[in-house]
Amino acid sequence: MSSTVLFDVPGPRARIRYRAYAVVGVVAIAALLAYVVWRFVDTGQFEGRKWSWFEYKQIQISLVEALGRTLSAFAVGAVLALLFGAVFAAARLSDHKWVSTPAAVVVELFRAIPLVIMMFFFYYGLPSTGIKLTAFTSVVLSLMLYNGSVLAEVFRAGINSLPKGQSEAAYALGMRKTQVMVLVLLPQALRAMLPTIISQLVVLLKDTALGFLITFEELLYWGRQIGGQLQFGRPLIPTMIVVASIYIGLCLLLTWFANYLEKRNRRNKKVIHLDEDKAKQIQLGEASTAAPAGGAAL
Amino acid sequence: MGVLTRNLDLFVNHFANTLKLFAVSGIASLLLGIFLAMLRVSPVPVFRGVGTLYVTVVRNTPLTLVFVFFVFAYPYLEIIKFEFFTAAVVALTLYTSAFVCEVVRSGINTVPIGQAEASRALGLTFTQMLGSIVLPQALRSVVPPMVSTFIALLKNTTVAAGFSVREAGAIRDALSELGEDTLTGMLWVAAIFVLLVMPLTYLQRVLEKRWSVAR
Amino acid sequence: MRVRTLAAVLLAGGLALTACGKEGTGTTDTGAPAGVFEVAKDVKVDGSPTFEKIKSRGTLTIGVKEDQPGLGFKDPTTNKYTGFDIDMAKLIAAQLGFDPETKITFKTIQSAAREQAIINGDVDYYVGTYSITAARKEKVSFAGPYYVAGQDLLVKKDNSDITGPDSIKSKKVCSVTGSTPAKQLREKKLVEPDSNVVELQSYSLCVTKLLDGEVDAVSTDDAILKGYAAAEPEKLKVVGKTFSTEKYGIGLPKDDKALRDKVNEILEKSLSDGKWDQIYKNTLGKSGSEGKHPTLEKY
Repeated sequence: MSSTVLFDVPGPRARIRYRAYAVVGVVAIAALLAYVVWRFVDTGQFEGRKWSWFEYKQIQISLVEALGRTLSAFAVGAVLALLFGAVFAAARLSDHKWVSTPAAVVVELFRAIPLVIMMFFFYYGLPSTGIKLTAFTSVVLSLMLYNGSVLAEVFRAGINSLPKGQSEAAYALGMRKTQVMVLVLLPQALRAMLPTIISQLVVLLKDTALGFLITFEELLYWGRQIGGQLQFGRPLIPTMIVVASIYIGLCLLLTWFANYLEKRNRRNKKVIHLDEDKAKQIQLGEASTAAPAGGAAL
Repeated sequence: MGVLTRNLDLFVNHFANTLKLFAVSGIASLLLGIFLAMLRVSPVPVFRGVGTLYVTVVRNTPLTLVFVFFVFAYPYLEIIKFEFFTAAVVALTLYTSAFVCEVVRSGINTVPIGQAEASRALGLTFTQMLGSIVLPQALRSVVPPMVSTFIALLKNTTVAAGFSVREAGAIRDALSELGEDTLTGMLWVAAIFVLLVMPLTYLQRVLEKRWSVAR
Repeated sequence: MRVRTLAAVLLAGGLALTACGKEGTGTTDTGAPAGVFEVAKDVKVDGSPTFEKIKSRGTLTIGVKEDQPGLGFKDPTTNKYTGFDIDMAKLIAAQLGFDPETKITFKTIQSAAREQAIINGDVDYYVGTYSITAARKEKVSFAGPYYVAGQDLLVKKDNSDITGPDSIKSKKVCSVTGSTPAKQLREKKLVEPDSNVVELQSYSLCVTKLLDGEVDAVSTDDAILKGYAAAEPEKLKVVGKTFSTEKYGIGLPKDDKALRDKVNEILEKSLSDGKWDQIYKNTLGKSGSEGKHPTLEKY
């Protein structure tokens, strides 16, 4: 084990002490786990009847359909959020005050309003003005506004942290402002910030589950529905185990992808390395609900 | 304006509950989060593993799912019964503490090893090193992202509206029951949230600027 | 390389999942007696924009509930809807000229989202324990009522201290968010303080909470409660003292008077030719209670 800030490399006595702690820890954790498992067994959560719903073709189909709705909300939401983020990041970096100020206000505003409130607004509030939205559209729009605003800040920070020489050289070559942004700065910022962007997409994927609150029939909604069926003894715990595994699996897949990209980036010399501290601050500050891909040992 | 003034009591009550939920689960997740961070930086591999597992699982689970589990599925295990408010606090705490843990842990990791090595070389004890060298430096890089985590928690309390907790997110239901204009009502809810979040965001920026350690 | 392995594993898992599958037996399928859903031919509803729309589309979308045994229930193993409301919806569809077996789609809409679903045009009409109220009439139209229910209480079988609406003052009572019963409990001050009214997204969740002791009673229309009591008679009972009158109507888009008149006409006919009784006997009647004919309110 390499030495950390807090602890020196353990000597022989410390190693024995650590081993003792480890034994105590393992026993405590095993006891806790055993208790939880016993609660599951004792209340019959592993009985065949509570899992028999899984055998029915119709239920399998409905699970796949629900998963499909979750994934399509994620896909559409992600694309829209990235577009929204790019547009508003560019707008915030504009030299014209009349462009950058409204853009800043919009970005700040949508980062401050809870997603749930936005979804309620679109689904329950707007129709009284004659604008009718489905649950899916409400979910996707809210995801776009919130995550798009966060991504706008990520893009902006990414562009700001690029070395000045990049834009100076581009201007020296006679490029116009738009060209500098689109051809030089954005692609580099995008690649450098990719892990952070994907972390934000993990947040977006998780937030699709908020659609549950406005009766968007996604994965979680499916789990609650099947979990309430009397004919299987109300198997809510089994369905929640299944739903949670799917969500965790999907998010880990995305996180792995982020880490994979980060590793590839590191090998790729074309990418300009950002100031480590700055990048970390962006990750922690802007995407605090995300998995900071750089720091975590995920 | 009418919707707000006519139902001032309702708004005040619901937002008071939001703040209560925020305060209780905020303190609880701070404590649990710091404990988890201690596990994650401890020299005992088993503790580190447990901390990592917890953080990985919780951070990749949607908050709504945590809520559904604690409000509807957990009672089937027949352990301890929770009120709806308590269930919301438990769900928010378990969720937020994973993020608190990561903030604390990466804060500690930003302190260069040389600092600890130098203090050991000077003969400082573990407590002295922690108290006067490592923690003061770590704190500076912990607080700004911690404020962000708490902003996220404040906004996340609205999820409890779907689980019979009368907080800001539930104002819409109450207004629609009274036959009030929910659209305007929700704009007010959004505006109040902006008012609550903005000072925190400002605080975070100021701290970030003032405390950024030049290394 | 690792990515490719992962993809292979996922693919294999997906294949394994699709490999097996049991067909639902459909034990809850009631199958109405022949002739009830006889499809009318060449139906015309002059001046109805909704009817024009569905006519050109060729299929009907009907909003219903899926978690109310005996009224509107969807069997997840077969995806078939059954119950009194479902059969009423089918009867209306048949009389509008749409074959209930092939030309209609049922769509589950939660209580709190009903007006919105009708306003949004997500459903053509809604049949699902939808009480006719003045406030709702501002947003949607109602045909009917096709059934008159009353608010009642569902408690655990061994409960003896809840005997009616006067005995729930300091009890926890559950109902659905945004529903009439929840509003009644508060407005009539039957339950105090306000926070003792627990509001969840569906009655099945309320029944779950009743069974695990988190709430003392579930309150809504007796028809709904009887459905749950009948499903678990060894655990639950309905108190049996109604304290309101709930007139169930067919929710229709606002200002479509032509369609409303047509649906009322269909309902009136079903009451006189005995089809209403046949449907009732086949569904709610199984609880043993008599079905009283409603009086239509035309406006």
